[in-house]
Amino acid sequence: MGWTRKVLRVNLTTGTCVAEPLNMEWAQDYLGCRGLATKYFTTEVDPKVDPLSPANKMLMVTGPLTGTMASTGGRYSVVTKGPLTGAIACSNSGGYFGAEMKFAGWDMIIFEGKSPKPVYLYVENDRAELLDAAGLWGKSCWDTEETIKASHQDPQIRVCSIGLAGENQVLFACIINDLHRAAGRSGVGAVMGSKNLKAVAIRGTKGFGGIRDFPAFLEVTNQKKKILADNAVTGQGLPKYGTQVLMNVINEMGALPTRNHRDVQFDQASKIGGEAMHEKRPTDGKAQLVTNAACFACTIACGRISKIDQTHFTVTNNPKYWGATGGLEYEAAWALGAANGVGDLEALHYANMLCNEQGMDPITFGTTVGAAMELYELGLLTKEQIGEEAPFGSTKAMAHFAEITARGEGFGKELALGSKRLCAKYGRPDLSMSVKGQEFPAYDGRAIQGMGLAYATSNRGACHLRGYTVASEVLGIPVKTDPHVTEGKAELVKAFQDATGVFDSAGICIFTSFAWGLADVQPQIAAACEGDWSMEKLALMGERIWNMEKQFNLAAGLGKKDDDLPPRLKTEACKTGPAKGLVSGLDKMLPEYYQIRGWNEDGVPKRETLERLGL
Amino acid sequence: MMKSLYLDPQKCTGCLQCEMACAYEHTGAFNPAQSRIKIFNFEHEGRMVPYTCTQCAEAWCLLACPVEAITMDAATGAKVVHDGTCVGCKVCTIACPFGTVNYVAETGKVQKCDLCGGDPECVKACPTGAITYVDADWTGLDRMRAWAGRANSAVL
Repeated sequence: MGWTRKVLRVNLTTGTCVAEPLNMEWAQDYLGCRGLATKYFTTEVDPKVDPLSPANKMLMVTGPLTGTMASTGGRYSVVTKGPLTGAIACSNSGGYFGAEMKFAGWDMIIFEGKSPKPVYLYVENDRAELLDAAGLWGKSCWDTEETIKASHQDPQIRVCSIGLAGENQVLFACIINDLHRAAGRSGVGAVMGSKNLKAVAIRGTKGFGGIRDFPAFLEVTNQKKKILADNAVTGQGLPKYGTQVLMNVINEMGALPTRNHRDVQFDQASKIGGEAMHEKRPTDGKAQLVTNAACFACTIACGRISKIDQTHFTVTNNPKYWGATGGLEYEAAWALGAANGVGDLEALHYANMLCNEQGMDPITFGTTVGAAMELYELGLLTKEQIGEEAPFGSTKAMAHFAEITARGEGFGKELALGSKRLCAKYGRPDLSMSVKGQEFPAYDGRAIQGMGLAYATSNRGACHLRGYTVASEVLGIPVKTDPHVTEGKAELVKAFQDATGVFDSAGICIFTSFAWGLADVQPQIAAACEGDWSMEKLALMGERIWNMEKQFNLAAGLGKKDDDLPPRLKTEACKTGPAKGLVSGLDKMLPEYYQIRGWNEDGVPKRETLERLGL
Repeated sequence: MMKSLYLDPQKCTGCLQCEMACAYEHTGAFNPAQSRIKIFNFEHEGRMVPYTCTQCAEAWCLLACPVEAITMDAATGAKVVHDGTCVGCKVCTIACPFGTVNYVAETGKVQKCDLCGGDPECVKACPTGAITYVDADWTGLDRMRAWAGRANSAVL
């Protein structure tokens, strides 16, 4: 129980859809979602595969708590080899799509090969078929969802799709479901585009009754929901301000990377944070934020639903963008704003809408724009080359870049490759603020030392969701640690990374971890799933998943040189704020981290480590 | 005291916990497709609205049923479908002006809200208080209180 026990295997080359039983032995060792799909993926796919070739596979997967009343139990993940990084990619999304997959009776969908022409997968419970997507190709994610619902005459279908960014294989294209939820990072949308797969449309009316002990499950999930409701972050901060609650907090502690990490504080941070989204605009007397919203089964409801100022220059002649839609989260507001020095909240919302509409990761997009602006300021990119003036803080350039990047026009084609390739092309590879080719998110690795190590060692490239030590170093969850010191951070990062593997494999949202520890997740899994789900087993499983991902990366050709930070973070100290004078102490932390992980000094798992983990 | 469901769209976040609770109570599975309460998401307005049967006093579904498969639960006022009697003719689904009685192909019967015998599961599952179960004669009480609180001593 906990699983539907069914996997749908879709061969896009031959056009076949075949049901097969879920490997229940693997389910016991890897649970679901991230862990289970990565086990399938790494077993079936050559690590050296070209991510955008037909030989790469793409797995969409739910967890045992997906489609249940466990709070936030609606997540699905997309696992593949990422074109941005050349590493394992696993992007997690909320919304309603994941639960619908479960309700149709599927734990996982495996996509293989490449369709000779654009298609979309339509699933109605047990029935699955590939349908012609000629009429959808060229459409945005928003129009694709609307068109599919209309053509099937079923408004209750749930859809995930790629927009123009995925079709054009923008290396940071994402997969958008339910209009504004995203499997966002590492370019999973480009992989989908490379397979000529435009969308997956699912209608599930079977529901999910596979809970091992329903009364126990309802009792424990109710208890755990209460913990979320009573917690200051998940019960108050996130519902009111969303993740944007962090903008001013992180800025004040001097950890808000600004202008391509030249600075760590942004003088306009208060104009682009969660509080600003509540403020009434002088133009129309309305706040940008309309309401908060939840993903499936989520009792936190951190999602933002916003409306743009209709008089803003980006949309004055474009009513299409005037309606309510997914609003700015912290990462997007930071990447589109502080990372470029842009402090115009309406412009950030506009660019964020384009990212949702056409399926682009706003983190990598925004930070790539930041890198381009630095190249421009250094004279390495000129107005003639990129079509306009683009110094830091140029709102017009940022908004314009969002338009041309998704469409693959002009300079947008260069931005579409991410900052690593852009900076290398113009002779300054050091200016790409990335690890393994994936750009940093919104926390400075100098001012929050643990995050520096978490970025350097993240298996999918720089990421805040693989080991969110911000919880401890900033918010004091579960215990407060000093963000400025390196001592103890190797252990802290490992603990967060391993625990996150369990959260991500259960089918719940990592934001629950502001209030829940592993001990809160464990009884929910145990009530849902057959088998032994002790704390010890889960902790070991988290570590197993991390090592499995690491092994794939090593076999793909990544190594110690890729567990590194850009020179800026190691040599240019924070100029202002409480962390003034600090650089990242990665060189101190990394050897300790390898040792604690049971890896050799080159970052390769030792034989005894692999044996202990059953790998 | 007769009670009534009271739905407040302003508090709804669209999490669908109510739909799962309803479906579990009636079918034993988490299945929004079998829920008697539905959340409608008006995406472009940023509004999420819960909607279900209002248990009309003069219930057209009950009156329309040719086999008397719909009766009133005297304790709760709920108009309840009896599966053993229902022949799946769907006349009640036509009679209901609000669309809250629906046919289920899988069972060959219709389904609608039955107030869970007086202890609605959707109410207990709602994390924001968007669905409450209140005195049927005083569904306006909270709003009256809110307006009363805004009145000054001189004029209303």
